[in-house]
Amino acid sequence: MEILLVQIFIPLIAALIILASGKTFVRGIAGAFSLVSLLITVYLYLNFTPDATTQFLVDLAWIPQFGIHFKAGVDGISMVLLVLTNLLIPIIVLSSFKQDVKDQQAFYALIFFMQSGLLIVFTALDAFLFYVGWEVALIPVYFICALWGGENRIKANLKFFIYTIAGSLLMLIAIIYLHLQTPGNSYDISEFYKLELDSVTQGWIFWAFFLAFAIKMPVFPFHTWQPDTYTEAPTAGTMLLAGIMLKMGIYGVIRWLIPIAPLGFQAWGETALILSVIGVIYASIIAFTQNDIKRLIAYSSIAHVGLISAGIFAWNVQGLQGAMIQMLNHGINVVGIFFIADIIIRRMNTRDLSLMGGIAKPAPMLAIAFLLVLLGTVALPLTNGFVGEFLLLMGIYNYNIWFAAIAGLTIILGAVYMLRMYQKVMFGQVNTNTSVFTDLDGTEKSVLLIISVLIIFIGVYPQPILNISEAAVINLLEQVNQKILVK
Amino acid sequence: MNALITLSVLAILVLYLGLYKAKNALLPVTLLGLGAALVLSILEWNSGAAPIYSGMMLFDNFAVAFTSICIVSTMLILLISKDYFEHISEHVAEYYTIILFALIGILIMVSFHNLSMLFIGIEIMSVSLYILAGIRKHDFKSNEAALKYFLMGAFSTGFLLLGITFLYGASASFDLSTIKEYVISNPRGISPLFYSGVTLMIIGLSFKIGAAPFHFWTPDVYEGSPTLITAFMSTVVKTASFAAFLRLFMVCFAPLHDFWMPSLLVISVLTLFIGNVTALYQHSFKRMLAFSSISHAGYMLFAIVALGPLSGNSVFVYATAYSIASIIAFAVLILVKRQTGSDNFESFNGLARKNPFIAFTLTVTMLSLAGIPLTAGFIGKFMMFSTALSEYHIIMVILAAVNAVIGIFYYLKVIVAMYFKSAERNEVQSSPYFNFVLGFSALITIIIGVYPGFISNFF
Repeated sequence: MEILLVQIFIPLIAALIILASGKTFVRGIAGAFSLVSLLITVYLYLNFTPDATTQFLVDLAWIPQFGIHFKAGVDGISMVLLVLTNLLIPIIVLSSFKQDVKDQQAFYALIFFMQSGLLIVFTALDAFLFYVGWEVALIPVYFICALWGGENRIKANLKFFIYTIAGSLLMLIAIIYLHLQTPGNSYDISEFYKLELDSVTQGWIFWAFFLAFAIKMPVFPFHTWQPDTYTEAPTAGTMLLAGIMLKMGIYGVIRWLIPIAPLGFQAWGETALILSVIGVIYASIIAFTQNDIKRLIAYSSIAHVGLISAGIFAWNVQGLQGAMIQMLNHGINVVGIFFIADIIIRRMNTRDLSLMGGIAKPAPMLAIAFLLVLLGTVALPLTNGFVGEFLLLMGIYNYNIWFAAIAGLTIILGAVYMLRMYQKVMFGQVNTNTSVFTDLDGTEKSVLLIISVLIIFIGVYPQPILNISEAAVINLLEQVNQKILVK
Repeated sequence: MNALITLSVLAILVLYLGLYKAKNALLPVTLLGLGAALVLSILEWNSGAAPIYSGMMLFDNFAVAFTSICIVSTMLILLISKDYFEHISEHVAEYYTIILFALIGILIMVSFHNLSMLFIGIEIMSVSLYILAGIRKHDFKSNEAALKYFLMGAFSTGFLLLGITFLYGASASFDLSTIKEYVISNPRGISPLFYSGVTLMIIGLSFKIGAAPFHFWTPDVYEGSPTLITAFMSTVVKTASFAAFLRLFMVCFAPLHDFWMPSLLVISVLTLFIGNVTALYQHSFKRMLAFSSISHAGYMLFAIVALGPLSGNSVFVYATAYSIASIIAFAVLILVKRQTGSDNFESFNGLARKNPFIAFTLTVTMLSLAGIPLTAGFIGKFMMFSTALSEYHIIMVILAAVNAVIGIFYYLKVIVAMYFKSAERNEVQSSPYFNFVLGFSALITIIIGVYPGFISNFF
């Protein structure tokens, strides 16, 4: 049996079963299925040989007359993202257990529906399939955010939806264009890799893909939808968006954008790198001025993603490997920090930092967990964030020392705004609101425990993750560099 | 061609049923007859068609495919007409008959092989539609719609006739193959008369499909006509008009592509923008559908602008996706309007809570019309974009993408109203017929979206 097909479609089946099931068992079924996905990923991981080949290949004719195949496979780069997705979904599902969600069936069904889309994106080797997954992941998260979100959710989500669709339509045009250029009119990614288009065309292709990915990540100046959407979305929605969905954009750059348009990358890569670095600084500064806890985290996420994107556009082993591991780290950390923010917001009924303070006293366990996640986010050594950001900065340094110097500010700035937040929330005067703050309950403890363990484990021993992607990354680098050097 | 005869007999039979007051038999008999016609036309698939009736008609695969989709759409529309016509007037049999007569015209339009048959087909269809548009004779808006439609229709028929005459003047024939011969054998010496003829045909047919700048009649006619008739006009009639348009250009004018392509390109881009931007400002769901149908005509014109081997298939898939989606949209509109008495977006508020099934089908429809993957609408758009890009109309496709984004604004409005806005409302009363049509159409939309292989490789 094609294990990858099972991996991709289990969530979809889960979604259907949940829709058909009664209210009482929804949480149990959702939890069970999210674990099944995780177990399959563990199985894939154990059977995965960390070399540059694509494994668990599935290739079925889908719409043969257009040359469209359901072709998916896992290489080192995809493997990391599979781990990310299937690790975070159970955490997200678990974290939502305590929350009072209306229409639970629809809620969990949409999460699983989205999971299928995400898995398609991360494994697709056919451009059409990739595009379908890309859009299929969008619809459920739109509904999650708009159905269970905050007051301004409709407006914020419309902006989000329109932005992403606009970007992806350009990508669709580029995909069809490339398809028509391939000799056998195929959508196969390896055929796309083989194309030798002139540099002007590749420049256009580069921008068409880059816009789609840059909006998703988001890279400055395409980020304006992000803070509003993150703020208005329900916590599960924010976790899905920030934890997993934005990695679609990063993954897209590595898998599709640069290898398909290497000459376009050669011409415009530096521009993209500069935009990413600007985004790092810009978002950090704005994050510092925020008084809304969710907005602050949203901007910090832009800064961190900016660094990842800069590392990729530096295009060397360190930068790419850093991006790979940092994708996983960022996913874990951002889910953790949004989870903590949600705990605080629900108990305080406000997102305003100035109304908080002194929570550490009534809730010491929360304080410890928060600190740990925070340290991971600001990249303290021995936490997961350090490994990733160190590699990323090294990659950028190898490209250009000045960019590295500027991007390196993120570590300082990140520490500044994060610690400011921590200080405002946790220390200071206990006020009437915060004195009755209750500490973590069972579910919350278990979620944060998992996240904390992951943060420390990857921080101390990142090798298992780095090993998975190394061969694939080096292989990809060589492929692209050959094309750039030949010209 | 047995389908044509079956339909003609059926129309007269239904008239007699009306005469003998057999009201309950009307719908079953009509549906049975349509089903028979559908089977008969499908039987002619791949039968190696040659022109029949002295070269007047050609029932090839192209004709079979479009005939079938038109008959199926009509059946779906008639299924939701249960109890609908009875509310409007006493003379129910006439509705069925006139719709059937329109369908006969449509059959001729999609299978013509002679310009005179094109004209006759269009006229049979149009005259029936003038009557249908004005069938609520005491209603001012319905009268306005009929009059506007008639005047504009007559006007466009004038263009069409003059165009046909010019083509005849140049090539000395009405027959499509002879005209084709003429075009191919005189690459240098095509008379200016012929070019004028082509231009006039473009104008006349653009009127019929409601393409800008010849679209002014559409919103008013669509709004004024009874909703079911609007559904019929914007699905079956539009599909047939496109089929006729495409057939004429594919067979006869393909070698003159460089001559007519620029003007059609302008028409199609104009149609897209005017339809979409105006739809954005509508408060009425029905008017929004009318304008969005204009913009969909713009997308479908792509296939003709970028005429090639893919064109027939693209139009077929697009028209199918669009027709089925529109039928759902109009069916839900009828239900909602029956309950709230209004066709504004507000009347959809909170529908998802009370009628999750209806809301779900309408969501699928809106996503399909907006062109989101895993729905038929996406496959349609995808094929259109592929067709246009294969002829390197890159700018046009980018403009189309801009329009697709605009489209999402107003299609989402409905979804937002249904799911995210709450309102005090009762459950909308539906009937098994409606539920069947909604479920069936939504299913087809998703099936085509997920596995388009079986429909997208016809000719």
